Amino acid sequence: MSDTYYTEDHEWIRVEGDTGTIGITTYAQGQLGDIVFVELPDVGKSLDAGDEAAVIDSVKAAAEVYAPVAGEVVEANDAVVEKPGLVNEDAMGDGWFFKIKIADATELENLMDEDAYKTFVEGLG
Amino acid sequence: MTTNNEPLAQTPLNDLHVRLGARMVPFAGYAMPVQYPTGIIAEHQWTRESAGLFDVSHMGQVTLTGAGIDKALEKLVPGDILGLGLNKLRYTQLLDETGGILDDLMVTRRESDLFLVVNAGNKAADIAHMKRHLGDGSVTYHGARALLALQGPKAAAVLGKLAPDAAKLAFMTAGAMKIDGIEAWVSRSGYTGEDGFEIAVAAKDATTLASMLLADPAVKPIGLGARDSLRLEAGLPLHGHDIDTTTSPIEAGLAFSIAKRRREEGGFPGAARIQRELKDGPARKLVGLRPEGRAPVRDGTEIRDASGRAVGKVTSGGFGPSAGGPVALGYVEAALAAPDTKLILELRGKPVGAVVTKLPFVAKRYAKT
Repeated sequence: MSDTYYTEDHEWIRVEGDTGTIGITTYAQGQLGDIVFVELPDVGKSLDAGDEAAVIDSVKAAAEVYAPVAGEVVEANDAVVEKPGLVNEDAMGDGWFFKIKIADATELENLMDEDAYKTFVEGLG
Repeated sequence: MTTNNEPLAQTPLNDLHVRLGARMVPFAGYAMPVQYPTGIIAEHQWTRESAGLFDVSHMGQVTLTGAGIDKALEKLVPGDILGLGLNKLRYTQLLDETGGILDDLMVTRRESDLFLVVNAGNKAADIAHMKRHLGDGSVTYHGARALLALQGPKAAAVLGKLAPDAAKLAFMTAGAMKIDGIEAWVSRSGYTGEDGFEIAVAAKDATTLASMLLADPAVKPIGLGARDSLRLEAGLPLHGHDIDTTTSPIEAGLAFSIAKRRREEGGFPGAARIQRELKDGPARKLVGLRPEGRAPVRDGTEIRDASGRAVGKVTSGGFGPSAGGPVALGYVEAALAAPDTKLILELRGKPVGAVVTKLPFVAKRYAKT
């Protein structure tokens, strides 16, 4: 059983048990354009919801990835560090950024589900 | 500058950009294509390998006319305009009284006028400045003209099929010609470090010409994003970033554009400062920087020497697809401007090593005819 939630900053978090896998959405990678650099948090780092967790550079500009909910980083996706273009190719899959052990599952209630996120993106025109 | 309330101007190719799936962004008061669906890196590489078509209609096309207009323009720029031959281009700068750069531009001597191409963001100010100094009647803005750039190693073969005279142009020369019946003013010049052309046509002909060029399988449309990475790799300065009124042409490494006669005679704004900097060297210089690692370093980043002392700032930075990593331009104290000098960039609070690198980052491949 897994559920995916979304933030207004275009992060997604896929929840399996108490682990959350975090990345940026297909919409976000499209807005950023070709991604050329990704910096991920160290394993073991504690993040609060909204903390700056990772940095992405596209050809055009730098952007930050924020932690959707609080937790401790348990894994970082070295593949996107090696090949940042993975985020453009498969933002919702192989282009994931890092995994956290979710501290408080009730924080997920502050996030959007897929339908709400779709509506949110459409509203951005 | 444009605010959100002001409607954006459109170039004559606006509908074509939208049809091609471009992402349109505001730039210098215009809606401009920053990239097409293939993305900036692919567009950049296509231009280096084949031929890219750029819409640069937002740039200002201006003609100067009247007896002695060449001599009059020399009072505003340090370039040799009197010595500019017929149908030849010269790169120069409009300077303020302190020798700071109001704008950089191309000047072509034509039979009955001087043809100028100035930066989009400065064109209104440039025109006002020139009218003030040269007289209202001498300065004409051609806002209803389009400007296309065809750049890349296959540009001459592509344009030569439609207009054989174009392929015969030497680098930095120009001429009037018909491209499959369309009246065009074509110069062999550009802003990518590659061979190529800039083609001025009437607005009504722009879409026909662009479609004709795009019909060639060697040509793809290229947006402003790749235009910036291409010029950065070629070490070509961008006004508003690498050059502005706080920088002189000598600091910016543009001494090549000031001929011997003009250096000796002066007679342009800021001449005393520029002559002094030519003689003694400027206090700071624009240099190429190769940051270590893979993170691009952006405009405004602090540059420090090995001891941590602030010695300058990055003025342009990004990822260079052909250079295979991050590249940047920035000003440093003259003593630290030699190639291979090791410096430190302050990136998001962390120090990143960088090496001063001789420009261009990617060798220029202009036509040698």
